[in-house]
Amino acid sequence: MIIIIDYGLGNLGSISKALDRIGYENRISRNLKNINPGDKFILPGVGHFEKGIKNLSKFNLINKLNDFVLIKKHSILGICLGMQLMTNFSEEGNCNGLGWVDASVKRFVFNSTNFKLPHMGWNSLNIKKNDSLFLRFDLDERFYFVHSYYVDCNEKNIISSTSNYYLEFCSSFSKENIHGVQFHPEKSHDSGLRLLRNFLET
Amino acid sequence: MFRPRIIPILLLQDSGLVKTKNFAKPRYIGDPINSVKILNDLKADELIFLDINASKKKQCMDIDFIKNIGDEAFMPFSVGGGFSRIEQMKAAFRNGAEKVVINTEAINNPNLIFEASNYFGSQSIVVSIDVRKTFFRGYKIYKNSGKVKTNLNLFNWCREVEELGAGEILLNSIDRDGMMDGYDLDLIKKISSNLSIPLVAAGGAGMLSHFKEAIEAGAHAVSAGSFFVYHGPRNAVLVNYPNLEELQEVFR
Repeated sequence: MIIIIDYGLGNLGSISKALDRIGYENRISRNLKNINPGDKFILPGVGHFEKGIKNLSKFNLINKLNDFVLIKKHSILGICLGMQLMTNFSEEGNCNGLGWVDASVKRFVFNSTNFKLPHMGWNSLNIKKNDSLFLRFDLDERFYFVHSYYVDCNEKNIISSTSNYYLEFCSSFSKENIHGVQFHPEKSHDSGLRLLRNFLET
Repeated sequence: MFRPRIIPILLLQDSGLVKTKNFAKPRYIGDPINSVKILNDLKADELIFLDINASKKKQCMDIDFIKNIGDEAFMPFSVGGGFSRIEQMKAAFRNGAEKVVINTEAINNPNLIFEASNYFGSQSIVVSIDVRKTFFRGYKIYKNSGKVKTNLNLFNWCREVEELGAGEILLNSIDRDGMMDGYDLDLIKKISSNLSIPLVAAGGAGMLSHFKEAIEAGAHAVSAGSFFVYHGPRNAVLVNYPNLEELQEVFR
């Protein structure tokens, strides 16, 4: 069973629909009750970091997630803001995140008027390490990004891919059972569906 | 590598897909959901749906319709037409829309831009601006599907829209709409150089090279209507989208 975490931010319906399309049973949950061993989580997110972390706290999700992810080692995929929330700290709101990975979130700063914010559109990945998420990928898979802040990893070996938008930034990381992607697989056609299937199959 | 988006704009009128010329003479094209299926199969970057009657009818785009689009589209899509309240936008997002496009309602109530971008995040709010060239080579902004002239200054309005928190501006040349003769590159150049948010150009695309020209003029993304629904010298209706090779050729 895949649990899509509802903390008030993110396009839960789109993710659920994508999982339906690839044939995986899923449910949207805010209270995270009735979790079985082997259940996997998706932490979605679109919006402001501070609102995200406050909502996680408001809905009593932080302790539960720490338990499921850090202790019970359920697999979890963070998408966009969801990925960012897994880090230590974000400049968006200047507040602390869940601290599951040694990284922080920074705002893109450009010395050029050719680059607009947010980074919005389709981009490719520079694969940095073998990751189950990328199994059976073609050379040129493209994904949809929309963000003004990016993840800066202190722990370099968790970086599984980077992408280029003025600078080279971390577009996905993996640390044991914890995965994060800056892009939106549920909005990235077949490439996204393939990635979701990889997350769920392995 | 980052590639600029190429976005079909689909116009809705009473649940049918239509195409206009200079914002007039809507011609029936076909079933909109069918078009979504086709464009989804053809891997379109993104879709924009605009209900051209909604403002007039004082209601926003039908939410069931948005849900139907959401069920077929595995890429981001925007919806617009008569959105004037946060509650309406909430329903649109809940049913799968990535962004909401506001135009007339933003002109009538600029605070809506601030309210909506604050609530949903800038990246979710697109302000659409429709312009016609004036006799003295300036531009006039029109609202209500091009029917009502305003006295807004284009540069000032763009700046205000950006300051109020819009994530993107969709800039539509009414003069070029449906003509398939190229974008208004001058307009794109003038406006994009004064913006730090993305500009999506609309109005005039007839060939792949037009997309390249618009991007080089400063558009962050290009959108088109006729280009994606017509084919051939007699404008036969054929919903289409360039394939990967054609796109790579454009952006080499």
